[in-house]
Amino acid sequence: MSTAGVRTKREAQAARGRYGRVGQIIGEIDDRLGVAKGGRTFLDKIFPDHWSFMLGEIALYSFIVLIATGIFLTLYYVPSQTLSVYHGSYAPLRGQKVTAAYASTVDLSLSVRAGLLMRQMHHWAADIFIGAIVIHMARIFFTGAFRKPRELNWTIGLTLLVLSLANGFIGYSLPDDLISGTGLRIMYSIILSIPFVGSYLAFWLFGGNYPGTLIIPRLYIVHVLILPAILAGLIGAHLFLLVRQKHTQFPGKGRTEGNVVGSPMYPTFMAKTTGYLFMITGVITVLGGLAQINPIWQFGQYQADKISYAVQPDWYMGWLDGAMRIMPSWEFAGWGHTIPFVVLLPAVVFPGMIFTLCYAWPAIERKFTGDNAIHHLLDRPRDRPKRTAAGAAMIALMFTLLGASATDVLANFFHVSLNEVLWTFRVLVFVVPIVAGLFTWRICLEMQGGGADIGKRKRAVVMTRSATGEYRTVETEAQPDDEHEELPPIPVPVHIEVGAGDTDGEEVGVRTVPR
Amino acid sequence: MSQDTELEAAMDADLPLPATSLDDPHLREAVRNPEGAERAIAWFFVLGVIGVALFGAAYVQNWRPFTLGLSLGLGLFFLGLGITAWGKYLMPQGPFSEARHALHSARAEREAIAAALVERTGVVVKRRRVLLGLLGSGMGIFGIVALFPLLRSLGPLPGLTLTKTNWRRGSLLVDSNGRAIHVEALEPGGIVTVFPAGFESNDQTVAVDQTVLIRAGTTAIVTEKGRSTWAPAGYIAYSKLCTHAGCPVGLYEKLLRLLVCPCHQSMFNIDDGAVPEFGPAPRPLPQLPLYIDRAGFLRAQSGYDQPVGPGYYERTTT
Ligand code: HEM
Ligand code: FES
Repeated sequence: MSTAGVRTKREAQAARGRYGRVGQIIGEIDDRLGVAKGGRTFLDKIFPDHWSFMLGEIALYSFIVLIATGIFLTLYYVPSQTLSVYHGSYAPLRGQKVTAAYASTVDLSLSVRAGLLMRQMHHWAADIFIGAIVIHMARIFFTGAFRKPRELNWTIGLTLLVLSLANGFIGYSLPDDLISGTGLRIMYSIILSIPFVGSYLAFWLFGGNYPGTLIIPRLYIVHVLILPAILAGLIGAHLFLLVRQKHTQFPGKGRTEGNVVGSPMYPTFMAKTTGYLFMITGVITVLGGLAQINPIWQFGQYQADKISYAVQPDWYMGWLDGAMRIMPSWEFAGWGHTIPFVVLLPAVVFPGMIFTLCYAWPAIERKFTGDNAIHHLLDRPRDRPKRTAAGAAMIALMFTLLGASATDVLANFFHVSLNEVLWTFRVLVFVVPIVAGLFTWRICLEMQGGGADIGKRKRAVVMTRSATGEYRTVETEAQPDDEHEELPPIPVPVHIEVGAGDTDGEEVGVRTVPR
Repeated sequence: MSQDTELEAAMDADLPLPATSLDDPHLREAVRNPEGAERAIAWFFVLGVIGVALFGAAYVQNWRPFTLGLSLGLGLFFLGLGITAWGKYLMPQGPFSEARHALHSARAEREAIAAALVERTGVVVKRRRVLLGLLGSGMGIFGIVALFPLLRSLGPLPGLTLTKTNWRRGSLLVDSNGRAIHVEALEPGGIVTVFPAGFESNDQTVAVDQTVLIRAGTTAIVTEKGRSTWAPAGYIAYSKLCTHAGCPVGLYEKLLRLLVCPCHQSMFNIDDGAVPEFGPAPRPLPQLPLYIDRAGFLRAQSGYDQPVGPGYYERTTT
């Protein structure tokens, strides 16, 4: 080594060791934090290659978009119900009395550069976020991924869904426009309907009788700080458990209860998932730019004595609205008290039961099957006909209720009386889930008879006719990617050796073996 | 021994680590034509770069949200498509495997933690029962006291506010601009939202005071027994708060003589005391008794004879 500090490049590299600067930095970090082993295990973490594992990623990435666009909105939105005369840039509103919340949302939409894009992206991301959570949950359910040891993550996931529904509803209320205000009014009445404590809860939440002046500022801090912080924490816990317990996987060649087969975190999965992040953000951005959503400047300021004809919540609240519409008008009144079952049952008791059932499902199933074993291999839905039927019935119920939230639209569209539509839904809400459940159960049993290679890629078959008129079929030769599917899994290799002919010149850190 | 555990043993013992050659089929690209895939991905990246650059221009020029969203969205989408395709087609697909280690700890470890909890609690903590009791009651009382701010700081107690409106005997009916309603003001079939004079622009109380005034005819209308004087000169007034979930009952079907709530389609017949004819509303809308003063203006004979709006537990039934 030359002493004058003039080292050749090669000498400098040699001094750092085989992996150059990267190796040196890792050494320094590992001296202090001891993370080399864990880090390497993380890079080797295996992600099963199945499209259904991507649903959770869609939810995660739309949450990231929600936070990014939400922060932008906080810079302009003013959470206050203080009324003043509007002097902003939107001409039709000038001279009217508006709240700061409404005026700031109108202005952020119409005069802040890219403001409308951000606001619409935020709203679209919320709709996609909740949709992705629901579909993700369906895949966990139907494949039995919630079974021991993953019950806790099922619980966390459900809590994420409940809190996201709440945050979506709250966000929808923030602009203080005519439609969102009506939603809040209904929510107040729903809280009021709870026996014994309802009126106290409603007064504490709203700071007094409806509407009060506090609800928007209170909902704001819940929407931008409290619930997002809880959501972020729970998402962290969700992913931590995922890493700790590792992924489930579908049964298949080389896949056992004792391993996970797929592609490694680095580089394959990292590339794929970063791409998804960009694509999902891209889709939300296109929607935010092209597809108008919640044009609040057209609805007008919320006023307690005004109402719009098209009262309509976001899609994920539709099932509750539907339940409220088809409920018979029962109310108990006596002994100086009133219990409005017409609101209490569909809007409090019913969703409570649905979510309790979801939370309890892993325990319920364990009790009925007596199965307390650890499961890492997933079920095919058809192999668990009862569970699959139950899930199908639940989905059918939800969609029927969603349909019931459009009774008036349907009556107009089909030119039938509202009463007929109402009674149709009162019947359907019982019939459709039962039929869907039985039908699914039957189909599962039928499908169980099918071959094991359902869903696998089939090899092409070539059919030839000989001169004598004889037909013969021959399977084509295996293609490289068929063959690929057949390979037995190996651990992620630590070193990759490059044949002498594969590189031009020497590369630092790559072992070269003679061919 | 599985391959994975072999690997770990080798690492622990500092042995030379297993290697794979680049020819291993596990490392091969997942497409038959890697060059073609590379070219396609390059094009995706080019489109992505164009998209985001265009967004920059659109932002500087302050173009419409349409252009902003389209350029940025497609730009990000194509960048993402390129990255994903790179990962999916040109990076090793394996299949690779990772060993799953049993999650549970050794039996001795389980015993040790159980012993620590049970034995230390039994031997060290439980002996001081008095201390435990005192600490427990302190915590318990704090738990209850901590609820107080929640109970009394967050909002007032409901009291009678839910029951009371500002309608009094003699209240002058005014519209939202404060104009009193003269008996000649509405044609038959006309409808207006009214408030007690002095409260028409209080955005807190209009929520409960709001009342619909309909001119349903030209002579007194009796909507129910005992209400013979309530609707003079064809003017009927009902609370505008739906008895279902409190939406303003904002639609009037003149021909059917129905008040309709747009929220869940409750329909109230104005001629027979606003009894709900359809929909989830469980109760009629309360009727406000009216009279015409000497100057010909509409006034309330009294307040509502029952609480307005949706039901709640303390709502009295008499
Ligand atoms: C679970 C996550 C979230 C959901 C489901 C959600 C949903 C929504 C929805 C549906 C709206 C109504 C948008 C509209 O007017 O059309 C909204 C508004 C708003 N959100 Fe969020 N959001 C979430 C997280 C956040 C975060 C993390 C922030 C800020 C850090 C934020 C800030 C805002 C602000 C300031 C508004 C009011 C302005 C406006 O309405 O345009 N949000 N949110
Ligand atoms: S609030 Fe009027 S029908 Fe529901």
